[in-house]
Amino acid sequence: MTLLEIKNLNLSMRSFEGETQILHGIDLTVERGQIWGMVGETGSGKSLTGLSVSRLIPPATGRYLAGSIAFEGRDVLKASEKDMRTLRGRKIGMIFQDPTTNLNPVFRIGTQLVDVALHAGHADPTVLGLEPGASSRDLKKAAKRVSVEMLDKVGIPKAADRIHDYPHQFSGGMKQRVLIAMAMIGKPDLLIADEPTTALDVSVQAQILKLIHELVAERNIGVLMITHNLGVVAQICSHVAVMYRGRILESGPVTDVLKRPSHVYTQALLNSIPTAHTRRGELRGLGGVMPEVQ
Amino acid sequence: MILYTLRRLVLLIPMLIGLTMIVFAIARLLPGDPVALAAGPNATPDVIESVRQEFGLDKSLPLQYWAYVTGLVQGDWGVSIFTRRPVFEDIMTFLPATLELVAAAMLIAIVLGIPLGLAAAVYRNGLVDYLTRTVALGGIAMPRFFLGLLLQLMFVSWLDILPLSGRFPLIEIPPEGPTGFYTIDSILAGDWYSLSIALQHLALPAFAMSLSPLATIMRMMRASTIEVLQQDFVMTERALGISNTKILFKYVLKNAMTSTLTVIGLYVSWLLGGTVLVETVFDWPGLGLYATQAILSQDFMPVIGVTLVIAMIYLVTMLIVDLLYGVFNPRVRYT
Repeated sequence: MTLLEIKNLNLSMRSFEGETQILHGIDLTVERGQIWGMVGETGSGKSLTGLSVSRLIPPATGRYLAGSIAFEGRDVLKASEKDMRTLRGRKIGMIFQDPTTNLNPVFRIGTQLVDVALHAGHADPTVLGLEPGASSRDLKKAAKRVSVEMLDKVGIPKAADRIHDYPHQFSGGMKQRVLIAMAMIGKPDLLIADEPTTALDVSVQAQILKLIHELVAERNIGVLMITHNLGVVAQICSHVAVMYRGRILESGPVTDVLKRPSHVYTQALLNSIPTAHTRRGELRGLGGVMPEVQ
Repeated sequence: MILYTLRRLVLLIPMLIGLTMIVFAIARLLPGDPVALAAGPNATPDVIESVRQEFGLDKSLPLQYWAYVTGLVQGDWGVSIFTRRPVFEDIMTFLPATLELVAAAMLIAIVLGIPLGLAAAVYRNGLVDYLTRTVALGGIAMPRFFLGLLLQLMFVSWLDILPLSGRFPLIEIPPEGPTGFYTIDSILAGDWYSLSIALQHLALPAFAMSLSPLATIMRMMRASTIEVLQQDFVMTERALGISNTKILFKYVLKNAMTSTLTVIGLYVSWLLGGTVLVETVFDWPGLGLYATQAILSQDFMPVIGVTLVIAMIYLVTMLIVDLLYGVFNPRVRYT
């Protein structure tokens, strides 16, 4: 079964000034084992597409005009909130941009990890290596054990000790590793990573990408990687979708799109990357401005 | 943490010394002659002079101050020149009543204020929000003594379900115990009859006093909860399936408590210093009534004594609040 199939997704957002359509007919299919890169400028609708998959846009502000998002064949836009909760953290993992603000500063990382693990374990005890119908005491014990294992897996040294530390005791890259551990602890089938490396410096960025790549290869899951960095796409993605003003202009295997871009926008985007041969003062930007969302 | 607490406690000593100096100086600089007042209208200059000598008021100010401070350390807080009763004993009689009142008022304010503030933040512009906003406006705008009078009118005159004033009926024997709080002492003694009487007397004054801290705590809690709800980590927690209840009562609450804690600490001392109005309306035998009488008769030993006690409680409250910051926010660590 197809892991994720977004069909003709149209989303409009409301605010005091009125309603504006943000997404215009997004079509995207993610299969297991594929790493999809979604690239585009700020405001092009990448993040809102990602949030829509977990249905995290509050109904008071966002309205779906048309389309469907089928996750393993079920339309998440029609699912109940309770059903969505069983998907979140268990079937769909999410990582966000800024590791410094995405961990709760006043709780030990262990507490935060264990809560996600417990939630996933309640939905499906096998995630924590237990038989279905395991007691809540066993679940708690297993959640703690799995949390340490997961921290260890994402490369936090002395995980058993560090699980008692608070977020401010970790560096930015380490925090992102913790967040990746949180997203992956429920053994999700789909990982949505919203600019996971944007806030990190380049060397740490490479480590984090490598880590995501390894986890994906090991578990054969699908990934939707939202980024504005074509370098990231070239490094780890198998497929790419180029977004502009709420539309996907071009999508397909990375090699096709990046080597032989057919759309002028993709060409312009590629040209805007400075290379070693770019002379001083010769940076090429993109013309035009994203329309403001009112 | 222990070292930090000890250091803060040691630091209290110079603060208190400075405080005694200031209060002592102000009390002595007041116009009028308390000795002449105390000696009575028909006293001859000789009698006045002998009273002056009796209380050591004929000596120079520094000497008087020295005598006072050395007395303080030994538990001798001076003697009221009117009642001739030791100030320390008087304060120990009146203090528990005031503390009980303040504690009850703060308890009401905290127990109601935090959940109502949370609810107002979650259901923004909903019914709870409008209700709490109205109560908050009234609570801050209405003077406490006026509210006290309204409460008396309603619960005593009209409904006739609560006693008008006082802390305990004169014909009954109040409970005795280690805390001096009638409620806690009667619980400790298992005396439920006394507890119900004590609570009936406590209800109206405590509620009248609780309204303004309640209003502030509610508004503070609402504002900080709204701020925390917009933080990135709330989205991460939601995205990973944590239930809204858990996010609110576990993850958001602890974050939002820090700023509310400051308000709570400030209100404890503010209420302590401002009990007099409510104590007057409800004839509550507390420190406020005692201090007012002393001020009106220029009886400065009790005035200094009461000021010192309130200041000490204030400083200790602030220390507790500072230590609690560390509990609610791990980034604040004391070494």
